[in-house]
Amino acid sequence: MNREGAEVTTVAGAESSDIVRNLTRWTRLLRYDTLRMISNADSGHPGGCMSMAEILTCLYFEVMRVDPRRPDWADRDRFILSKGHGAPILYAALARKGFFPVEELKSLRKIGSFLHGHPDISAPGVDMTTGCLGQGLSAGVGMALAGRHDRRDYRVFVVIGCGEMNEGQLWEGAASASHFHLDQITVVLDYNKLQFDGAVDEVCAPGDVRGRWQSLGWNVLEIDGHDIPQILGSLRQANECRGKPTIIIAHTIKGKGVDFMENAFLWHSLMDNGLLTKYVERMQHELNSDPDRFYAQCLW
Amino acid sequence: MASTLKGEKTIPTRHAYGETLVELGKLNDRVVVFEADISKSTQTYRFAEAFPDRFFNVGVAEQNMMAMAAGAAICGKIAFVSTYAVFGSMRACEQMRTSVAYPKLNVNIAVSHAGLTAYDDGVTHQAIEDLGIVRSIPNMTVVQPCDAPSTRKAVMAAAKIDGPVYLRLTRIGMPILYDAGPDFEIGKAIRLRRGNDVTIVAIGDMVFQALDAAEQLAIEGIGVDLLDMHTIKPLDQEALLESVMRTGAVVTAEDHNVVGGLGSAVAETLGEHRPTPMTRIGLQDTFAESGAYDDLLRHYGMDARHIIEAARKVMGRKK
Repeated sequence: MNREGAEVTTVAGAESSDIVRNLTRWTRLLRYDTLRMISNADSGHPGGCMSMAEILTCLYFEVMRVDPRRPDWADRDRFILSKGHGAPILYAALARKGFFPVEELKSLRKIGSFLHGHPDISAPGVDMTTGCLGQGLSAGVGMALAGRHDRRDYRVFVVIGCGEMNEGQLWEGAASASHFHLDQITVVLDYNKLQFDGAVDEVCAPGDVRGRWQSLGWNVLEIDGHDIPQILGSLRQANECRGKPTIIIAHTIKGKGVDFMENAFLWHSLMDNGLLTKYVERMQHELNSDPDRFYAQCLW
Repeated sequence: MASTLKGEKTIPTRHAYGETLVELGKLNDRVVVFEADISKSTQTYRFAEAFPDRFFNVGVAEQNMMAMAAGAAICGKIAFVSTYAVFGSMRACEQMRTSVAYPKLNVNIAVSHAGLTAYDDGVTHQAIEDLGIVRSIPNMTVVQPCDAPSTRKAVMAAAKIDGPVYLRLTRIGMPILYDAGPDFEIGKAIRLRRGNDVTIVAIGDMVFQALDAAEQLAIEGIGVDLLDMHTIKPLDQEALLESVMRTGAVVTAEDHNVVGGLGSAVAETLGEHRPTPMTRIGLQDTFAESGAYDDLLRHYGMDARHIIEAARKVMGRKK
């Protein structure tokens, strides 16, 4: 890769095939959990969950230092889902990691549940309340400053959406993270190129995304956000970068993995629950009959 | 009995805030301060000099600052956010609501230039809506002490409250009222005079106008029950109701729009528990303008003379 910022930073995948196979399984399961939850709740935002499935899997099942038995552990790595509407897949990851029973996923968006429409710290494992776009990185800067002052070595991971680049506050946070030299911060941009009302370039073009972050002093990496070895490689490079924060521009596909949802901006939100429910049933059947019995044990 | 001390030394409550922050910083190393490029005005420069590693100037970026403070607080810090009331309550309103109040974090939003105390800076810097806005957000505690000693106590108390506190401060100097005064407790009104004819409930700088008014009314033989309602949320309903049961008439006095602030809070309580004739002194749903503080109070009907007139009138409406 080229940290000075040439064309595209390629990140070599030096992962063992076992790790990749394992993460691929979890990714497939998280997609199932997420779609099942949204279908069950009859509400939610599937498109942007599907686009970050591999990213969340790599973070929770390989990279982040977390302990589900100690959700308040002071030295844990922090995770902020700044694009809070992607809550279902975060909840799926937390449940599968063991922060709370998978059974809870049935309660998404229902009264009495801690699985609110957007993440709230009342859910075990949720480190920051989010859902109002543009604020997550600022909160991450505060967490990183607190950690530095306390001489703790935890890292702060923030996933942002590409529509979020419309928010002015995102750039305030970006400037601060760089200004305070917070190399413990890694932002992953889930760059699926679509937002609620259409293509990012048509709603409000973000301009030279790479250049904007670079000009603020960030270490910029660019990857295929569905390629697990590239995700792992970039997250590890980010961890090693000193003196400045890292952004991983992850090129993704909104609705990834679901044929009728891919690149369809209308599936930002739940568009047709009849269609989704049938899809989930088919998915369930496929997983149940998969020769890898891992899936059959995990269904709900 | 306390009284206004005309001609004596005055201290802007923001100065008391800045000085107290340093004391607080010595007592507790979890205290961190965020600032948005006006540290010489908000007085946080004192903390910056004493504790540079716990002071973060984020530049002119109040929204960022508010959410940063939330991030620090969730990791165990006692955060203070300093700016002007206009920006703290409105520019960064949604950050305060969603990232601070909803998760109920120990972020203390200490904001200067309350109401007309911003005087000649003009409307852009005169926060006249903030009490109404902030008061309507769940989990918030909202305080405006009237003088330096009570500000000092409010700052100390705010740090101990497990949740956000909005602390409204003045640009201009305020006389010292509570030099050896009563214990200041958030949520407990302070009775400055006892009387049975009319209740005056005042907050912040308007406490001094109300004191003036009460003294002059006393000369006419009118007994004022005067409450310094420094905490607008939670409102001391007990003290308010006890007072109006004796007086049967109320005037509220606030350096704020009469919509949403102290007058509204008092009316809500009285409307539900004991409907009482009342008049609200404050900006009558209008923006003000640049000018000297005293001139503005007079022009917009908020000085002692107007409080006196309001008291006489409201007494005539007793049932």
